[in-house]
Amino acid sequence: MKSYISFRNDLEAKKTTCAEAVETFLATIAAKQDLNCLLSVNAAGARAQAAEADARFSAGNPRPLEGMVIALKDNINTKGIRTSCGSKILETYVPIYDATVVERLKNAGAIIIGKANMDEFAMGSSNENSAYGAVKNPVNPEYVPGGSSGGAAASVAAELCHAALGSDTGGSVRLPASFCGAVGLKPTYGRVSRYGLVAYGSSLDQIGPLAPTVADAALLFDTINGNDERDATSCPFTPLNTTSQLNAPLPATFTVAVLPDEQLRGCDDDVLLAYRKVLGTLRGMGAEIVTHEMKYIGALIPTYYIIATAEASSNLSRYDGVRYGFRADVTNDEDDMVIKTRSQGFGAEVKRRIMLGTYVLSSGYYDAYYTKALKVRRLIYNDYKQMFKTADLFALPSYPTPPFKIGEKSSDPLAMYLGDIFTVSANLGGVPGISIPAGTASNGLPIGIQLQANHFDEMHLMQYAHHLEKALT
Amino acid sequence: MASELLGTKYEAVIGLEVHAQLLTKSKIFCGDSTEFGLPPNTNISPLSLGHPGTLPVLNKEVVEYSICMGLATNCSIRPISLFARKHYFYPDLPKGYQISQFDEPICYDGYVEIELDTKGDGSKTQRIGITRIHIEEDAGKSIHDLDIDTLVDLNRAGVALIEIVSEPDIRTAQEAVAYLTQIRQTLLYLGICDGNMEEGSFRCDANVSIRPIGQKEFGTKAEVKNMNSFRNVEKAIEHEIERQIGIVESGGAVVQETRGWDAGSQTTKPQRSKEQAHDYRYFPEPDLPPIRVPQVWLDEIRSRLPELGLQRKRRFVRDFGLPGYDAGILTQEQSLAQYFEDASAALSEKTTDRYKLVSNWIMTDVMRILSEKKITANELTLPPAYIAEMADLLASEMISSKIAKEIFPEVLEGKSPKKVVEERGLMQVSDNSFIIEIVEALLSENPDEVGRYREGKKSLMGFFVGQALKNTQGKANPKIVTKLLQERLDA
Repeated sequence: MKSYISFRNDLEAKKTTCAEAVETFLATIAAKQDLNCLLSVNAAGARAQAAEADARFSAGNPRPLEGMVIALKDNINTKGIRTSCGSKILETYVPIYDATVVERLKNAGAIIIGKANMDEFAMGSSNENSAYGAVKNPVNPEYVPGGSSGGAAASVAAELCHAALGSDTGGSVRLPASFCGAVGLKPTYGRVSRYGLVAYGSSLDQIGPLAPTVADAALLFDTINGNDERDATSCPFTPLNTTSQLNAPLPATFTVAVLPDEQLRGCDDDVLLAYRKVLGTLRGMGAEIVTHEMKYIGALIPTYYIIATAEASSNLSRYDGVRYGFRADVTNDEDDMVIKTRSQGFGAEVKRRIMLGTYVLSSGYYDAYYTKALKVRRLIYNDYKQMFKTADLFALPSYPTPPFKIGEKSSDPLAMYLGDIFTVSANLGGVPGISIPAGTASNGLPIGIQLQANHFDEMHLMQYAHHLEKALT
Repeated sequence: MASELLGTKYEAVIGLEVHAQLLTKSKIFCGDSTEFGLPPNTNISPLSLGHPGTLPVLNKEVVEYSICMGLATNCSIRPISLFARKHYFYPDLPKGYQISQFDEPICYDGYVEIELDTKGDGSKTQRIGITRIHIEEDAGKSIHDLDIDTLVDLNRAGVALIEIVSEPDIRTAQEAVAYLTQIRQTLLYLGICDGNMEEGSFRCDANVSIRPIGQKEFGTKAEVKNMNSFRNVEKAIEHEIERQIGIVESGGAVVQETRGWDAGSQTTKPQRSKEQAHDYRYFPEPDLPPIRVPQVWLDEIRSRLPELGLQRKRRFVRDFGLPGYDAGILTQEQSLAQYFEDASAALSEKTTDRYKLVSNWIMTDVMRILSEKKITANELTLPPAYIAEMADLLASEMISSKIAKEIFPEVLEGKSPKKVVEERGLMQVSDNSFIIEIVEALLSENPDEVGRYREGKKSLMGFFVGQALKNTQGKANPKIVTKLLQERLDA
C-alpha cells in the first residue's frame, strides 16, 4: 500500500510530483477495474487538483494533506460528482453541495480521485449488496472485501489511492479494513460531522478514515474532525491533532480490557490465534490485561438491528421519486409512483431493513422493540463508562472469522448479521474504535484486531494503535 | 329539527387544533427565507428539498416564540423537550417525515379565558384548557387543480409552526370562535404570527362530537378540516353538530373520520380514508439534541412579555371608564389600542367623557378608514393628537358634533382640527346676545309656526332649532339656542 507520509517525503525531496502520483493511480484504477472498487472516477478533477498541489509545493506553501489522493465512499456527498450510495434509486443523483468532510479535505489539499463502491445505503458486511456489483478483495478476488465500506478499503489495499473515507454504522469501516489489511478508524459519535453523509442510522453513523498505516489515518482524522455548526449532533470541540502525539512514549504500564474466553467462543481459530498474539505483544509493551465481561453481548445484535433499521426506515423515506434520483415509469397516480419507485429502486437487503425498521416502530410493537432497544443501548453505554474507569483500552477481534468467499454467506442474512458482534457495540455506546492489521489467516487473507477507547479519547487510541502497529511489524 | 335538540337533549364537545406559522425570518431548520408569495420553489435549499445528507439545525428564535405563546396561555414549559419524526408519504413532504414533537411537547397544561357575554363587559368568562403547544415544521404545497400533473411548491416546507391543542372544553360554535379569536389576538399581541387565515398562516381543525346532556363519556368524534375563516369555522362546527345529532336521532352511529368543510355546499364531507388510521411511527429525532430551556432563559422571556389583549381590555375599562364593549373593540388589535392610548394621553382634560369621545371617534370614523384602506392604526397618517383635539373641541362645546363631522375629511388630510375650525370660522357661538338676535328674527319671520307651537304642537321646537342653526351655519351652540327659544315660546 502507498503511504501518503512516505509519498510526501518523496515530494518534499522533489523525487516525484502530485501529477505523477495521480497518473499512476489512474493507471492502476484502469488496470484493476475487475475489482469493482470505484463507481466514479474523477480523473479530470484529480488532475486539476494535482496541478494546483504541485504549484503549491513549488511555491513552498503546501497544505497539511497537499497531494493526498483520496477515494470517498459513495455515500459522502461530492458537489458535481454522482453520489449513488450503491443504489439504483440514486443512480442519477449528483449532489449540489459538498459534505463537510469533503470541504475540509479539499481545503487541506487532498485530491478526490473517485467514489468507492459500497453495500447499498451502507447496509451489509461483505459489499455484495451493491446495485453495481460486488467488490472483490484485492488480496484474493474470490473473497469479499468486507462491508459496507468495501470499495473504500479495497481501493486503499489495491493502491488506487493513498487513503479513503468510509462510514461506520455497525462496523462498516473497521470490518473492511480488517478484511483488506488496512487501518480503519471509527471516531467517537459526534467527533466527525455527518453533514453530507447520506444517513443510514443517524444515531450510529460516523465517517472514518481507511489508510495503510495508523499515522496516515491519523493525518486524515486530524483534518476531518471537530465541531460543525451544520450538524447539531457534532461535538463542541475544536479539531484534535492526534498526529502530534503518535510517537509520544507510552506509560510504563497501562490497562487493556479483553473479553473472557467464553465470549470469544464463536470465533474462528485463526482469529483467536491472531488475537492472543496481539495480547502477548501488548503485554510486552507494558499492558496489564484484565478481563471484562460484556454483560449484554447477547443483546448486541438485536439491539443494533432494531435501532439501525428503525432509523434507516425513516431516513430512506425521502427516496420517493419526487425530487431527485430514480423515478419509476408510472401513471399519474402519486401513490403508485412512490410504491413503484421504491420497489424498483431499492435492493433486497435495503427492503428487508426498511421492513424491519417499519415493523419495530409500528404502534403496538414500539415499546416491545424500540423502547427496549434504547434501554439496552443505555446499559451498553454505562458498561463502557464502567470499563474505561479502569481500562485504557479495550482489545477485541474486528470480526469473528477471516474474510469469506463471495457468495458464501449471501443466502443467510442472519449469519451475516451475527458477524457484526464485535463492532456494533462501539456504535451503540458511541466510543471510538480502530482496526489494525494483525497477521494473516490460513486462507492467506488478512485478519484485523480492534482497539476501542473512552469517548473522545482518540488521542490515546491513535497513540496506542500506532505503537502496537510498530510492535506487530 | 336537529338544531333544536342542541342544548335540550344533546351537548357538543369541541376541541380545536390551531396551527400558527411563526414570523421568524428564516425557516425552522435552515436559513431559507420565509417570505410569502414568492414564485414557487425559490425559498429552498438542499435541506428543504430533503436532499440526502442534509441535517436540521434548530432556529433558536422558534423556541423563544413558542415559549412566549406558552407563557401567554398559562402553560408549563418543559425544561427539556424532544423532537420526533412523524412519518407519512406525500409529494409535498420532502423527507417522508415531518419533524414535530410527540411525547414531550415544549408547553403543556395551560388555559385561556374567553368572554361570552354579549355586552362585552366581562361579566361571563370561561376557561378553555390548553393541552399542549408543540413545535413542528410546515410541509410544502401540492397543487392538484391544474390539469397536467400534481405540482409541488416547497417554499413553505420547513416554515416554523406551533400547534396549539385545546382541551375538549368547548361546547358551541360561538365558543369555538371566541376561543380562536382569543388565540389569534394573543399571537398578534406577541408579534409571533400574522394570524392570516386566508394565506394559511393561521389554520384551525376542529374535533367535534356530541353526547346526551348529562353523559360523562365522550361521543365518537369527527375531525373537521379545511375551514379558512372564522365564519367558516362557526358554520362548519354548527353543521357538523347538526349532522351528528341527525345521525344519532335516526338511530345511527357517528363514524370516527376526517371531514372537510365544503364552503360551496355548506356541508362537511368525508376526506380520503387513507388519511385516517395512519400509523405515523413517531420516534425521537436522532439528528437533533433535546431542546433545553434553562430557568434564566425562561425568566428573561417572561420579563419581556407584553401586556396581552384581555389584560389591556380590562385596564381600559378600569382606567378610562370605557364600556366593556368599547374596550373590547379598541383592544382587538395592538396598534389600535395604542392609538387610543396615545390620543387619550393628548387630551387637555383627562375625563371619562372625553375618553368616551375619543373611543367613539376611533370606533366609527378611524376604524372605517382602517378597513377602507386595509391598514392598521400604526400606518395611519392621522396623528392620534388630532382625535384628542376633536374630543377637546367637542367636550368644551367649541364645536358641535355636526361641525366635527364636517371638518373631519380635512383633518384626515393632515390638518389640525383647531386650525380648520379657526380658518373656516366654525367656532361654535355661545354668545347670548348674538343668538338672541337670530332667535327673535326667526320667531318674527314665522308667526304661524309660533302660533301652532303655543296651541300645543311642541314638536315644532325641532323646526325652530334647526332653522336657527341653519341661519348661523351651524355655529350656534344648540343648547343655548334651545334654551333661548324655550324662554320665548313657553313664556
